[in-house]
Amino acid sequence: MKFLISLHINPAVLDALTDEEKAAIGAGHGTFIEELKESGELILTQALVDPSQAAVVKVRNGQPVVTDGPFLEAKEFLGGFYLVDCEDKERAIELAARIPDTRIEGLGVEVRQVMFSDGNLEA
Amino acid sequence: MTAPGIEDLLRGLTPQVLGTLVRKYGRFEGCEDAVQEAVLAAAVQWPSEGVPDNPRGWLVTVASRRLVDQVRSDRARRERESATAAAEVVPEEVPDTDDTLLLLFLCCHPALTAASQTALTLRAVGGLTTAEIARAFLVPEATMAARISRAKQRIRAAGSAFAAPAGAEREERLRVVLHVLYLIFNEGYTASSGSELDRPDLAREAIRLTRSVYAQLPGDGEVAGLLALILLTHARRAARTTAAGDLVPLDEQDRTAWDRELIDEGTALVKAALAGPELGPYLVQAAIAATHADAPTAADTDWRQVYGLYLVLERIAPNPVVTLNRAVALAEAEGPRAGLDLLATLDTDARMAGHHRLLSVRAHLLERDGDRAGAYEHYRRAARGTASLAEQRYLEGRAARLRPS
Repeated sequence: MKFLISLHINPAVLDALTDEEKAAIGAGHGTFIEELKESGELILTQALVDPSQAAVVKVRNGQPVVTDGPFLEAKEFLGGFYLVDCEDKERAIELAARIPDTRIEGLGVEVRQVMFSDGNLEA
Repeated sequence: MTAPGIEDLLRGLTPQVLGTLVRKYGRFEGCEDAVQEAVLAAAVQWPSEGVPDNPRGWLVTVASRRLVDQVRSDRARRERESATAAAEVVPEEVPDTDDTLLLLFLCCHPALTAASQTALTLRAVGGLTTAEIARAFLVPEATMAARISRAKQRIRAAGSAFAAPAGAEREERLRVVLHVLYLIFNEGYTASSGSELDRPDLAREAIRLTRSVYAQLPGDGEVAGLLALILLTHARRAARTTAAGDLVPLDEQDRTAWDRELIDEGTALVKAALAGPELGPYLVQAAIAATHADAPTAADTDWRQVYGLYLVLERIAPNPVVTLNRAVALAEAEGPRAGLDLLATLDTDARMAGHHRLLSVRAHLLERDGDRAGAYEHYRRAARGTASLAEQRYLEGRAARLRPS
């Protein structure tokens, strides 16, 4: 079963962390990625640039209208994700609990099952 | 021989060749890799150079060399030999034993997750390549390769021998094997059709593997039951989806499109097995499928018999999904109210409360009972709960017909 584990970050919360804490989060993700690769459960992981770099695209009267900044007026933004293929939802939750973000108040880790997949999986 | 013919031949030979190697050298892990390499080499060479007179001996010889090379870690030697393998091969005489069952016992080791058991079974016993298995499950090849390699490490760490477990453990392991074959079948059966022509047909592979288990254990009621169940289910395949890929429920399927040959084979297996001493869950489910197959139209279905069989199934393998199916049969036999009353008993079951299948069955029964608003609401909630796109489309379609104006 495929699950998307999405990481919802709050830039203010991240900014308030010490350098050691930030380094520990990075190392924690590194270990997590290695474990997922070795167990044959990782499909893909990606991290996204800061939400301030986002472009919101709309088409009005057939013309694209592009504005800067994130779509949602929120404190938390999608920071990245893990796409995993594992036994069941319980296992996906068990995996998500190893992500360092889960230990920090103000950061969100969400697990949702994938309903449709396509694309080049051979890459 | 055509390429598909060679593919079938190779898949059938894989467990025999692997069994021979493991008997000779031990080291399941290394032997499995070597056989996979030999099979890949054959898939490249045989279509152009012809199938050798003794294909099994050829594979054993080539796989043995690969294994020896692996052990020596002599990279240069391996590359030189793979280029000349076909010319030099003098096939060895191989004892005519079928190790399929022993290999299945090994691949379905309890130390592995079901996903790993499934992947390893398809490669080591089914003869599929890692790339094919990855395509079947829509994951990258590297992901599948890591999963298979981890599974083999676990088996080695568990110290498993290449021998059938004894006594009660053997029974238990056989149940795991049957469950893995059932999962492989289901994966193939529920995979949506259309754009996935390049994916291997897992339903067909599951039938082939279950047939080989049945060939070795024809007296086991559950083995016969599983084979019958998947044959009878597979028989409906052409009728269960529209050309556009939409699901067609059992009562609306074109029964003339059901595969009569598979139905006859499945029904005969059920009849013979029911005369035996055991009555296990697969056999009872096969008997239910045979009852449906026996009805020329949906209206002719013997729902009393289906209901009785679900009652038996619930007794030998209690499970809320079985109760759900029994409620469907009861509603057909005695009317929707009786079915809804039975469904109410599931609301307190934490495994089923709010489950999309419960919502979906309740929606159908409410619709039949004339409660359009209730049915609409339940179809909508069921559609939100399912992880299957085809099922979601179906449920939304049912809801759309009842939308309040």
